[in-house]
Amino acid sequence: MTTRSIRAWYLVHKWTSLVCTAFLLMLCLTGLPLIFHEEIDALAGDPATAMAGPPSSGDDPALEPLDTMVAKALAARPGDVPLFMAFDNASPILTVTTGPRPDAPASEMTIQLFNRATGAAVGQVREEGVMHFLLQLHTDMFLGLPGMLFLGAMGLLFVAAIVSGVVLYAPFMRKLRFGTVRTSRSTRLKWLDYHNLLGIVALAWMSVVGLTGVINTLATPILQLWQMNELAEMTRAYAGREALPPARYGSLDKAMAAARKVLPGNNPQFIAFPGGAFSSKHHYAVFFQGSTPLTERALTPALIDAETGRLTDVRPMPWYTLALSYSQPLHFGDYGGLPLKLLWAVLTLFTIIVLGSGLYLWIGKHRAPLELRVREVESGGTVVPAG
Amino acid sequence: MKRGRHSMRATFAIPALLAVLSLVGLVSALTGDGWRDAVSWVALGIPVVTVIWAGRARRS
Repeated sequence: MTTRSIRAWYLVHKWTSLVCTAFLLMLCLTGLPLIFHEEIDALAGDPATAMAGPPSSGDDPALEPLDTMVAKALAARPGDVPLFMAFDNASPILTVTTGPRPDAPASEMTIQLFNRATGAAVGQVREEGVMHFLLQLHTDMFLGLPGMLFLGAMGLLFVAAIVSGVVLYAPFMRKLRFGTVRTSRSTRLKWLDYHNLLGIVALAWMSVVGLTGVINTLATPILQLWQMNELAEMTRAYAGREALPPARYGSLDKAMAAARKVLPGNNPQFIAFPGGAFSSKHHYAVFFQGSTPLTERALTPALIDAETGRLTDVRPMPWYTLALSYSQPLHFGDYGGLPLKLLWAVLTLFTIIVLGSGLYLWIGKHRAPLELRVREVESGGTVVPAG
Repeated sequence: MKRGRHSMRATFAIPALLAVLSLVGLVSALTGDGWRDAVSWVALGIPVVTVIWAGRARRS
């Protein structure tokens, strides 16, 4: 590698890192407790956690009909219309989301929890408290879609910083053995070695969590794309019709039976009611999960005329929503039990150290001439820039 | 530590192995529970253990 190209990559690494570091530190610090949100919610006495019985996503005859559950949710929220119903694969917990209008924004929605085995209401999802605050900060910094997209851009810079860091790792390590940490010479050299070691060791994990984070920030445009293309095609026969008023919504159980007939052996993850972002203005959209653990997140929506209960179309989700579906677990680390979460936390700590040491290394010598700082990389840290 | 330069290949041999292990770990738990989770714990645990090892064995 020539000194010239090392210099170019050094500048890429410096600038991409400098712009994103503050935001990445915020994301790591808020993300750390969010890894354990299920455990923390359980400690706080969330009613959703301990509930025995058949899974609500199944068709066990002991489960209450869906129409009953919707009626109970609406009785508790007079004047509301149903928006979503979501199922669970492990317990009879079921959520019903309602709102004042079919296209109500998330801020006006109410999420009620039910036990589908007993039909009992078990509370409401409260979107408040420390964990909710951290989640909002982590997702969009309370700025909505622009905030989300901004954090997505920071994620892209983070990935560029990782790539340029790996390129610089080559000249830096040319004369060093893997894993070298020189702690006794100077504080700067110690942190330089740890910056390189932790960065290269956590490389794949940081890249995956970074890129899947970027994809997650694109959730809204991805969904809109699906609605404009696939969903519009699936419901073309209904284009131009007036929206179906909620008073004429037919039986949800009949709709579910029609959907299960075309996708036998699969269970629903959630139902979107007419008029929202996940359905047309005339359909119940039942989103079925795949039948194996790996394909569980690859959803297939079945669109059923909400008035007649007859199936209109069924079609697997396209690649771009699939990418979004798989980016969620790969970003959250919630798919391999507590040990995986603990590893996620340790790797987040590594990332924090990489970010912090990078900042420290820059602050320490940012006044030194560029040539000397490039020389430091080239020499494996033995030539220390003066100044 | 006082040794000559080594090739690009030598520089990236262990990092590449750790990256492949990490990816195996990230995907394994997605494909199911039980032993598939255990594979992911071990595969993602190795990079973490590597840092602890380096901090002890390669410290100077």
